[in-house]
Amino acid sequence: MKFKGKIWIFPDDDINTDVIFPGKYTYDPLTPEQMAKHAMEDYNPNFAKEVAKGDIIVTGKNFGCGSSREQAVISLAKVGVSCIIAKSFARIFYRNAINQALPLVISSDCSDYVIRNRYTFKNKEISVDFDRGIIKIQEKEFLFPKLDSQALEIFEAGGLVEYTRNRL
Amino acid sequence: MTGQTLIQKILAQAAGKEEGVTENEIVFVSPHMILSHDNSAAISKTFYEITGPNGKVWDPNKIFIDLDHAVPPPDYKKAENHKIIREFVKKQGIKYFYDCGTGICHQVLPEEGLVPPNVVILGSDSHTTTHGAFGAAGIPIGRTETASVWAIGQTWLKVPETLKITFDNFLPKDVYAKDVILDVIGRISADGATYKSIEFYGKTIDKMSISDRMTISNMSAEAGAKAGIFPVDNVTDTWNKQFNFQYEKLEADEDADYEQELSFDLTNLTPRVAQPHKVDNVVPVEDLPRTKVDVALLGTCTNGRIEDLRIASDILREKQINPDVRLLIYPASRSILHQAIKEGLLEILVEAGGQIGVPACGPCLGEYGGTLAPGEIAISTANRNFKGRMGTRDAEIYLANPAVVARSAIAGYITNEEG
Repeated sequence: MKFKGKIWIFPDDDINTDVIFPGKYTYDPLTPEQMAKHAMEDYNPNFAKEVAKGDIIVTGKNFGCGSSREQAVISLAKVGVSCIIAKSFARIFYRNAINQALPLVISSDCSDYVIRNRYTFKNKEISVDFDRGIIKIQEKEFLFPKLDSQALEIFEAGGLVEYTRNRL
Repeated sequence: MTGQTLIQKILAQAAGKEEGVTENEIVFVSPHMILSHDNSAAISKTFYEITGPNGKVWDPNKIFIDLDHAVPPPDYKKAENHKIIREFVKKQGIKYFYDCGTGICHQVLPEEGLVPPNVVILGSDSHTTTHGAFGAAGIPIGRTETASVWAIGQTWLKVPETLKITFDNFLPKDVYAKDVILDVIGRISADGATYKSIEFYGKTIDKMSISDRMTISNMSAEAGAKAGIFPVDNVTDTWNKQFNFQYEKLEADEDADYEQELSFDLTNLTPRVAQPHKVDNVVPVEDLPRTKVDVALLGTCTNGRIEDLRIASDILREKQINPDVRLLIYPASRSILHQAIKEGLLEILVEAGGQIGVPACGPCLGEYGGTLAPGEIAISTANRNFKGRMGTRDAEIYLANPAVVARSAIAGYITNEEG
């Protein structure tokens, strides 16, 4: 699995699921397409309009902390984000992403490097080889570890709905 | 095998591994109870995606659904969301269903006697950590995972490392559990316990009520914890008597392997305030510059219990709130509301100018019941002050204990000084 897209740099740590997908929409029965319109709304209100299919987010530590709302993952996946690279992810967000088969990459080195050079890399292209564990930005490469075996099984099934369906 | 921490022992039991479990091992556990709320409509949709339209839940006696997040529903869409849930509950024969007005799921579950010690409680809500107050492992998960557990009765968990926190000495007067946990989060930060379980010990804990422990376990989530557990002691035993639970007192082994051990001396602790827009942005209340408030929120799963209402009532007795402040009061459950009526607390709170809401989450998550306007500031007993949390990204939320919230409502600005 390989991804290539324009880079979105969110330099903050602890970006929480309330700013990714505001609580006020959480209990309306929305389709994934409707959720996508609110992706990152309270962090960057223009994001959902400007993001293109395949774009990749690079951010700091503890991305997705706070509420367990799965719409945070679904809205990002549906709006076109192909992959998120962070120093670390909050636990429930990480599980939700596996369950929705949204690829997450943990790489402190890449995150630090991109955030440090964020003015240079703004709107530049970044690529991720998820199977081999390699991120590439311009000439620079970063390696990252594979998912744990259990997470990988769910991810490779295409998400938890498919995974559990196969176990019924 | 080395000594086991409390979460290791609980997960080993839940996974049927008599030999114990090791850190980072993957185990499959079946929950004692799985909790969800207004999100159950979305979960039921995913459930049928997994099972097909004629699917049956694995065990209707282990599913707990409580409507609390948009109660009473402020618009027809949220009313329809509840309707879908009621239909699902009937169709599946869900045993533990609590309709609007019963209270917040994390309050109602233990009140109904559904949280014995040593069990795993899974919940489709990040504050499922609350149930650690009862010696259980309350572990939050997401919606799809909840649907999957409804279908097959189990999920995978990685055995976490444990952070041992000991509180030495006793809390000064007029300083509360909320201040303790805010202080901890301020020190260890918003990801200080990510992927970890926390165990709480110390002299302060021995004196802490169930309500105080719930506040601390609840907010363990704000440090990223997977669980925040109080080992069973006399206080838990006393609480459990009303339910006739039979249980063994699980304890961590003396040679248990902790990832980290921290101790805090609480002798000089003063009330803490978490400033916008992060829960770990904590300062002593006395260091805060003068901050005017528009809304004071007393309630939520963090501080909506009878003990919290008593603290606030003692302060608000025969006082009036500042005319520029709206004081919103949301008892965490109907039984707490009922008790507050019996004790005359509501009379005090209403006479002081407070508005009483239906037992539920209220404006904590920004959907209804007192959301903020752009430019407004709230002082709240809730657990989150994230940007947009109370309805608009252009408002500010400060978190504090119930006494600070009551005093600030009188003063019109954030303070712990008597008005």
